[in-house]
Amino acid sequence: MWRDALLVAGKDLRIELRSRVALWQVLPVAVLSLVLYAFALGPVRQTLASAAPGLFWLAVLFSTVLATQRSFAIEAGEGTRDGLRVSGIDPAGVFLGKAAAVAAELAVLQVVLWGAMTLLFGVHVRVVWLALVASFLATIGLATAGTLYGALSAGLRVRETLLPLLVLPVLAPVLLAASRAWSGALTGSVSSGLSWLRVLGPFAVVYLVIGIVLYGPLLETA
Amino acid sequence: MDPVVFLQGAVALTGRFPALSGVDLSVGPGEVVSVAGANGAGKTTLLRVCAGLVPVASGEAVVLGYDLRLDPAAVRRRVGLLGHAPSLYDELTATENVRFALRAAGHDTERVGPALARVGITGRLTKTVVGGLSAGQRRRVALSVLVARAPELWLLDEPHAGLDAGARTLLSELVTEAVRDGASVVFSSHESDVAAAMSDRLVTMSGGRVADVTAGGRRAKLSSVGEGGSHVA
Repeated sequence: MWRDALLVAGKDLRIELRSRVALWQVLPVAVLSLVLYAFALGPVRQTLASAAPGLFWLAVLFSTVLATQRSFAIEAGEGTRDGLRVSGIDPAGVFLGKAAAVAAELAVLQVVLWGAMTLLFGVHVRVVWLALVASFLATIGLATAGTLYGALSAGLRVRETLLPLLVLPVLAPVLLAASRAWSGALTGSVSSGLSWLRVLGPFAVVYLVIGIVLYGPLLETA
Repeated sequence: MDPVVFLQGAVALTGRFPALSGVDLSVGPGEVVSVAGANGAGKTTLLRVCAGLVPVASGEAVVLGYDLRLDPAAVRRRVGLLGHAPSLYDELTATENVRFALRAAGHDTERVGPALARVGITGRLTKTVVGGLSAGQRRRVALSVLVARAPELWLLDEPHAGLDAGARTLLSELVTEAVRDGASVVFSSHESDVAAAMSDRLVTMSGGRVADVTAGGRRAKLSSVGEGGSHVA
């Protein structure tokens, strides 16, 4: 399973590096959304600073939908999907590989957004380890849930519009918990931030396990 | 010897409608069977059923000794399928595509170069992204995956489509080599004369059923070459 996961993740990342869809489409959309939020909120630094964690994770959330759609667009052709099914790859490995590739893209995206947020909103992370742990857990949750729902909608003609409808409500707890944890990291309130990690951790684990178990049957029916 | 493919009364559904409605088919080891028929006759579904990609709703279906209704995954690992659309990633090079297919199947990647060379993909073409190759070259790359994987059962859906004369000759040679190495081949074709010439048996489908089975010309053609020239069992 792990060997297959590495193989699929390597393939997806190589394709992304070559096509540069994430670089030229997902990343600019995420940064642009941060800029637009800043315009909408006005120039008051205090307002921007208090809203920054929520806006940051909202941008990451929408980027997750785009990255997931792109991940399944790679396998959209009848030939490639069949090829993957007859290849002998463990479906759980496909799930882990695709989720890992999406997670890697989201991690890079967050680094860029972190810089943009510092520049635009004038905020600085006081408890770096808390922000990193929250990002790590939230990224796993977003990537695994996104990949699972991506597979669910992959075989449908209306997948582009259906995926956000399916996945955004499911990811709402991640948005809330990651925003609050980051808020704690920005203000230095460790105990408040830590309590939200207790939401992010189980969410990530639950979707990781569900994905490993259900991805095979989903691939069959998609 | 047990048949490589054994279908009896096999029914397969696409949505609620039967794409195969009671197919009986047996393919022996080392046999080449062609499947002809009009559009919608069930040729592609038959191949996808044999590959374990379309579930069998009822009837008996055993491929390479595995019951398709119980263990389709075991069948998938052992067959090679060349579909209408090649199973290739446009952004990867020819070499990367074949290497990925081999690693996915748990094979060594030593056979990547020889397999590509066998289908005429050499030099800079091996390092060209597949999206930049012509349709015929993409088809050759897809065929090289089968050559490298050397599956026990080759399933080819309209393999002649879009191929020039040279590639058609290559396809015939690859089928002959696969059979020589112990594989069986089932392929579909609209061109009944080509299908008959390349196969041991020609199965004609109509309305999701086998309408007719006739002898193909492959064995006759091979025996006419001379007793020592035939590699076919």
